[in-house]
Amino acid sequence: MTSALQILRLDIGLPLDSGAIFSPLEIGYETWGELNADKSNAVLICHALTGDQFVASPNPVTGQPAWWANLVGPGQIIDTNRYFVICSNVLGGCMGTSGPASIGPDGQPYGLSFPVITIADMVRAQAALIDHLGIQRLFAVIGGSMGGMQVLEWIASRPDRVGAAMPIASAARHSAQNIAFHEVGRQAVMADPEWQGGAYQIKGTKPVKGLSVARMAAHITYLSDAALHRKFGRRLQDRNEVAFGFDADFQIESYLRYQGSRFVDRFDANSYLYITRAMDYFDLAAGFNGRLSDAFTAFKGRVCVVSFSSDWHYPPADSRHITRAMIGAGVEVSAFEVETDKGHDAFLLDEPQFHEAMAGFLAASAADQGL
Amino acid sequence: MSNAASTRADHEIIINAVPQGARVLDVGCGDGLLLHRLKQERNAVVRGMELSQAGVNACVAKGLSVVQGDADLDLALYPDDSFDIVVLSRTIQATRKPEMVLKQMHRIGAKAVVSLPNFGFWQVRLSLLLNGRMPVTQGLPDSWHETENLHLCTLLDFDDLAKQSGFDLESVTRIAAGKASAPSRATSSLLNWLSEEAVFVLKRAGMTAR
Repeated sequence: MTSALQILRLDIGLPLDSGAIFSPLEIGYETWGELNADKSNAVLICHALTGDQFVASPNPVTGQPAWWANLVGPGQIIDTNRYFVICSNVLGGCMGTSGPASIGPDGQPYGLSFPVITIADMVRAQAALIDHLGIQRLFAVIGGSMGGMQVLEWIASRPDRVGAAMPIASAARHSAQNIAFHEVGRQAVMADPEWQGGAYQIKGTKPVKGLSVARMAAHITYLSDAALHRKFGRRLQDRNEVAFGFDADFQIESYLRYQGSRFVDRFDANSYLYITRAMDYFDLAAGFNGRLSDAFTAFKGRVCVVSFSSDWHYPPADSRHITRAMIGAGVEVSAFEVETDKGHDAFLLDEPQFHEAMAGFLAASAADQGL
Repeated sequence: MSNAASTRADHEIIINAVPQGARVLDVGCGDGLLLHRLKQERNAVVRGMELSQAGVNACVAKGLSVVQGDADLDLALYPDDSFDIVVLSRTIQATRKPEMVLKQMHRIGAKAVVSLPNFGFWQVRLSLLLNGRMPVTQGLPDSWHETENLHLCTLLDFDDLAKQSGFDLESVTRIAAGKASAPSRATSSLLNWLSEEAVFVLKRAGMTAR
């Protein structure tokens, strides 16, 4: 299954926040474009919770199209004729990078013996890849949602290795509401008897129902009330009146069931547990005595913080919190709020205002850095 | 954008007040016209704050580093001495607490440049005297119930407030009918009569001019 993936195997021991040392490390990654002679044109794109490294070309395993095809490619805003674009599957993921579904040193899938990881650990793994590619400083690090958390972690922990940073629809810490939604998802997975205490690979089962429900709940948080109303309203699914039963009477029910069922084919249930946990643990200020500004004082590059007006999952207030801390830290920061009713998912969609901002920001950053 | 020249007379004066390579914060930067010129013509390190999201978005799309913010509330975020010059162009009269805004500017930057419409301009005085109605002029184009201006003042009033906020006056420049005069070292009753708009260059009291 993994033969179509480009995987880097590193025999280093990766020190994790939990205190564990993880080894050996495998990183599934893709690149587009050419690294220039002085290695100054690299753009790292960080993917979201259920994303993967296939930001600019179709995923050969799942057959899914590139997830940011409207932004990354030859002649696009993140122009692969100009930039060397890198995207790697996160640590704990299930698309080539070491995760709970990977085979451990004992020849068995890790399952729950995989160490609990954090956003900082994901960035450590990315930095190992960047080291391997011989790149000292990234021209830009860009990411949405959980990808934005990685962007923030990059500039806090490796300020001299990043020129420009764009955290999109993200937050410097996970809110209680976000932790709550994730907990619902995890409990749904773990309540499925097929989960088998996390050992479903060995037992030959698959917690499809639990993972599917987790996805359904999460999917609601990605959309706004207005977008749901516009797309589905109270319209019925293939029927003229309600059936007085528990089939999917409403289109929205049918849609969520479909989203859930599609998700289980491409995502590992234990990966979902580990990655949502990493997001819940994210609180960037905690490592700086609770002062978020202090996380940014060492960063001398440029930042553009992007949020979407109808995003209630990572609301504009979360982005403003980041921006304000950066102002206090003296960071060159822009803050851009896109007016849209498409909710959190807007960062993946065609949003002309957002794309203009990114184009302007990248052009100015390239000029700054002499690219 | 690069070809769209600003024709605002206050912008010309502000640009002249900014030394090469200075760090400039423009509070109420609109769509970034002034910031863009300062960057181009003064090689200045520019940042902006703007209340309207549309203005912020236009700036960011031009590659300017601008955040959404309210001068009355958000200047407090900036560290002490983080800029050489803080610019407030045609904005102070729309703030809720002009004195607080000036004090924050005093804390953030070594110099402040403030442009404002002058309610002491002879046309304004005459209009009020003859018509008995709130003046509507080129510099104050909106009727009283539509204007965003909360704190209109005269050139002399502002001079007092600036001094009260810890500033020394470096220069004040009169603008009338879109034309700037030579800068003056001090305000005067005559200047108050003749200025439709004025640009104050202020420095922290006790500091020598750079």
